[in-house]
Amino acid sequence: MAQFRIAEQTTWIRRLKQKTQHGDSVFRLLTLAFAGVVIGLVVMIGLVIWNGSAEARQYVGFDFLFVDAWNPVQGREEFGALAAVYGTLMTSLIALVLAGPIGVFVGVFLAELCPLQLRTPLSFLVELLAAIPSVIYGLWGALVLGPFLLDTINKPLAERFGSSLQFLADPKPKNLLVAGIILGIMILPTIASITRDVLTVVPNHQREAMLALGATRWETIWKSVLPYSKAGIIGGVMLGLGRALGETLAATMVIGNRMAISSPVKPAQTAASLIANQLPNANSDLHGSALILVALVLFGITLLLNAIARLLVWRVSRGPAGAIH
Amino acid sequence: MKTLNMARYRRRKLVDRIMRSMTVVATLLALIPLFLILGYIVIQGASAISWHFLSTDYKVPELSLDGSASDVGGIRYAIIGTLLIAGTATLIALPIGLLAGIYLSEYGKGRFASFVRFATDVLSGSPSIIAGVVVYIVLVKTTKEKYAFYGSVALALLMIPIIVRTTEEILKLVPQTVREAAVALGVPQWKAILTVVLPAATGGILTGIMLAFARAAGETAPLIVTVFVSNSVEYNVFGSMGSLPMYIYRTLDELTSPEQYKVLWGAAFVLTALVLVVNILVRVATRRRV
Amino acid sequence: MSDVIAKRQTAEVASTPRVGVTVQTANQAADALGHKMQVEDFSLYYGAFKAISGINLQIVEGRITAFIGPSGCGKSTLLRSLNRMNDLIPSVRTDGRVLLDSTNIYDPRVDVVELRRHVGMVFQRPNPFPKSIFDNVAFGLRRLKLSKSELEDRVQESLRRAALWDDVKDRLKTPATGLSGGQQQRLCIARAIAPEPEVVLMDEPCSALDPISTLKIEELMMDLRGRYTIVIVTHNMQQAARASDYTAFFMMNEQRSGEMVEYGPTGTIFTNPQDKRTEDYITGRFG
Repeated sequence: MAQFRIAEQTTWIRRLKQKTQHGDSVFRLLTLAFAGVVIGLVVMIGLVIWNGSAEARQYVGFDFLFVDAWNPVQGREEFGALAAVYGTLMTSLIALVLAGPIGVFVGVFLAELCPLQLRTPLSFLVELLAAIPSVIYGLWGALVLGPFLLDTINKPLAERFGSSLQFLADPKPKNLLVAGIILGIMILPTIASITRDVLTVVPNHQREAMLALGATRWETIWKSVLPYSKAGIIGGVMLGLGRALGETLAATMVIGNRMAISSPVKPAQTAASLIANQLPNANSDLHGSALILVALVLFGITLLLNAIARLLVWRVSRGPAGAIH
Repeated sequence: MKTLNMARYRRRKLVDRIMRSMTVVATLLALIPLFLILGYIVIQGASAISWHFLSTDYKVPELSLDGSASDVGGIRYAIIGTLLIAGTATLIALPIGLLAGIYLSEYGKGRFASFVRFATDVLSGSPSIIAGVVVYIVLVKTTKEKYAFYGSVALALLMIPIIVRTTEEILKLVPQTVREAAVALGVPQWKAILTVVLPAATGGILTGIMLAFARAAGETAPLIVTVFVSNSVEYNVFGSMGSLPMYIYRTLDELTSPEQYKVLWGAAFVLTALVLVVNILVRVATRRRV
Repeated sequence: MSDVIAKRQTAEVASTPRVGVTVQTANQAADALGHKMQVEDFSLYYGAFKAISGINLQIVEGRITAFIGPSGCGKSTLLRSLNRMNDLIPSVRTDGRVLLDSTNIYDPRVDVVELRRHVGMVFQRPNPFPKSIFDNVAFGLRRLKLSKSELEDRVQESLRRAALWDDVKDRLKTPATGLSGGQQQRLCIARAIAPEPEVVLMDEPCSALDPISTLKIEELMMDLRGRYTIVIVTHNMQQAARASDYTAFFMMNEQRSGEMVEYGPTGTIFTNPQDKRTEDYITGRFG
C-alpha cells in the first residue's frame, strides 16, 4: 500500500495541474446530438408534409377545406375535402359528447369517491382500454357494434320515423355514428386518467375546508375540487380531442369510406381515414399531393391542440386560481 | 326556519347521493366496452387458437384461393412479421430515444432542452397516419418501393417519444446523491452516468421499451401506407411482410368464408393477448419497484 | 466557565475508552507536520449571494480537523469546496485560493477529476451504489487496471480499514442495499478510501445513524488518522471534542454569509476559546 502512494505522489501533482480530456464533452455532445435529432424529426415532418402538398396547394389552395367535391379521377380532378372535414368534426363531436362527461365522472370517481383498495385495479382496467390496439377497436366496431346498432336501433328507428325524419332513413352498418362511438370509447381512458391525476393533486385542505363548512361530498367536488382543476381537466379533454382527430385505423374500419356529407347513419369519411384509404393507391401525383395537404392540415391542428392542452395540464401542477386559502 | 333548512338539507343530500352514484354508473359504463371487446375476442377467437393456427408446424401458411373450406392457413407469418417489424422499429428508435432521454435527464436545463421536450410531445401527440405519410413521401416515393423496413421507420417515429419520456423520468428518479458519490470518487461525469446511473435505471428503461414495442406491434396506419402488402411469405425486412394488425385490417375487407371469420378473431386474440400481456407485465414490474 | 467544559470533557474521557485530550495535546505539540491544505481568503457565491466569506485556515496533514457551527453557516459548503464538488452547481462562483500541497485547486488549469481522486468524500446520508458490496468498493479502482487478485486485495484492505470486513466477507457479491444504515456508511467510507486519497472529507457522516453506529465510525476515524488527512463537518460538538485534533468554528454574519470565527487545536477551542461567540456556542447558549 505504502509503495503505491509514494510512486503516485510525484506524478499526481503533475497530472493535477494539467487538465486532461476525460471524455465528458464528447459524451455530452453525443447525447445532445441525438436530442437534436428529435427536434430534427419534427422539423422534418413539417417540412416534408409542406413540400409534399405543394402541388395540391397550388392547384386548390387551402379553401379546399370548404368545398365538397372530391374526385381523384385523372383529368377531372377536384379536391374539395369538406366531406372529410365534416366527418372529422362530427365523429370528434360525438366522441367528445360521449367521452367528455363520462370520462370526467370516471376521473372524479377514481380520484375522490373510490374506496382505496379498488382504486388501483379500477384505474388499471380503465387504462387497459387505452392499451387495446386501434385495429382491434376497428374490428369490434365493424363486426359487433355496427351490426348491433343497425339491427337494434337504427333500423327500427328508420322504420318508425324514417319518412318524417330524413336523417334516420336507410341506415347502413358502417356509418359516422359508429365511428363516433368507437372514437369515444378510445379517448375515454385519456380523459379519465388525466382528470384523475389532476384531481389527485388538489391539496386536501381544499376539501377539508369545504367539508368543515358543512358541504356534502358532491358539493365539495363540484364547487371546490373541480373548479380548482378546471384548467387541467380542459387540457385532458383537449388531449382526448386531439387523439380523436388523429385516430386513423379504427375510424377507417368503421366509417364506410364515402366522401359525402349526409346523415349520421350513413357512411362518411374522416381526414385520417381519407388518407389511409386513398394514399396507398393514389391515382396520380396530384392526388397524392392533395392527400398530403389534408395531412398537413391534420398535423397542424393536432399540433396546436396538443400544445395548448399540455400548457393547461402543466399549469395546473403549479397551482391554479380559485383555491380556498 | 328549521323546517325550511331540513327540506333544503334533504335535497342537498339527495343531489349528493344521485351525483355520486352517477360517477359509479359512469365508471361501470366505461368498463362495459372493455369487457365486451375482450369478451368477444376471447369467445370468438379462443376457438381458433391451436398449435396449427399459431405455427402451422413449419408449413408455409397460405390463403387458399379456391375459397373452399380448406385450410385457411395459420397466422405464423403474421406473428413473426409483427415481431420483426416492431423489433426493427425498436432497434431504430432505441438509440435515439435512449440518448435523447439521457441528455434531457443529465444535461437538460435550458432552452434547447425545452425545445426537445416540446418536440417529443409533438411526436407523441401526432396522428399515427402522419408518420406513415412522412415515410411515404421521403422513402416510398423516392425509391418507388414499399418495404417492411419503411414501415419500421414509420413505427420508430411513434416509438421515440415514448422511450425518450420514460428514460428521462426513470433517470430522474435516481437520487442525486448517487451521482455525487460517483463524481466525488474522481470519475468523469459520463462514466458516472454509464456505470452507475444508467444501470440503476435499467428496469424502468426496459419497461419503457416494452411499452413502446407494444405500441408498435399494435399500429397499422403507418404500415398501410408504406408497406407493400402481398400474400407471399418472405421473412425479409427489405421485402414485403405482413403483420398481425395488417392481416386483420386486410382480411376484414375480404371476408368470404366462416373459416376466415374464425381466423380473423383468432388473430385479434393473439394480438390483443400480446399487447395486454406486455402492458400487464410492465405494470407489475413498476408496482413492485414502488 | 472553562472548568465546566473541562469537567464535561474529563467525564467523557472517563466514559469513552479512547483518545482523550491529553493525547491530542501531545500530538499537537509535535505538529511540525505540514499543512496538507490551506484555505486563503476563500469566498463562495451562489449567483449574487455570498454564502461564505473570506475563510482562512489550514488543514494539518494526517490529523482530523472539525468544522463546527450552527446550521446554515456554510460548513458543508466550505467542505465541498475542498474537492470542488460545488462545481456541479451552475451558479457557483469562487474567490480566493485553496491549496492542496501548494497547488491552488481553483487554478483553471487544474484537472478536477484528478483532484477528486486525491480528495475523497463521505456524505451525510449513506449513498452506496445499487451494486454489490464488492463493486461499490472497487468502483474507484476500476481505472487503475489492476489484476483480479490485486483488486480483491485492495477491496479487502479497504473493508478492513473501515471495520466492515468481518461483517461482509461472506457476502461480497450481495447488493450493498442489504446492509444496515451504519454498515452502509462504513461501506461508503471503505469506498472512499479504497483509491487511497490523500484527504478524506466527511460531511456529517453520522447524522443519519444511531449512536452505536456513530461510535463505530468515530473509532474508524481515529484508526484512519495518521494515514489520511480528515476534515469532518459535524453538528455534534461532543464528537468534535472527542475525535478531532483541530477545530474551526463558523457562524453566519449579518449579511447571512458564513465566516470563520475561530480556529485552533481542539483542546484550546473547547477549554479556552478566544472569541465570545465560540464560547457561547460551545456552552450551548445557542445553536
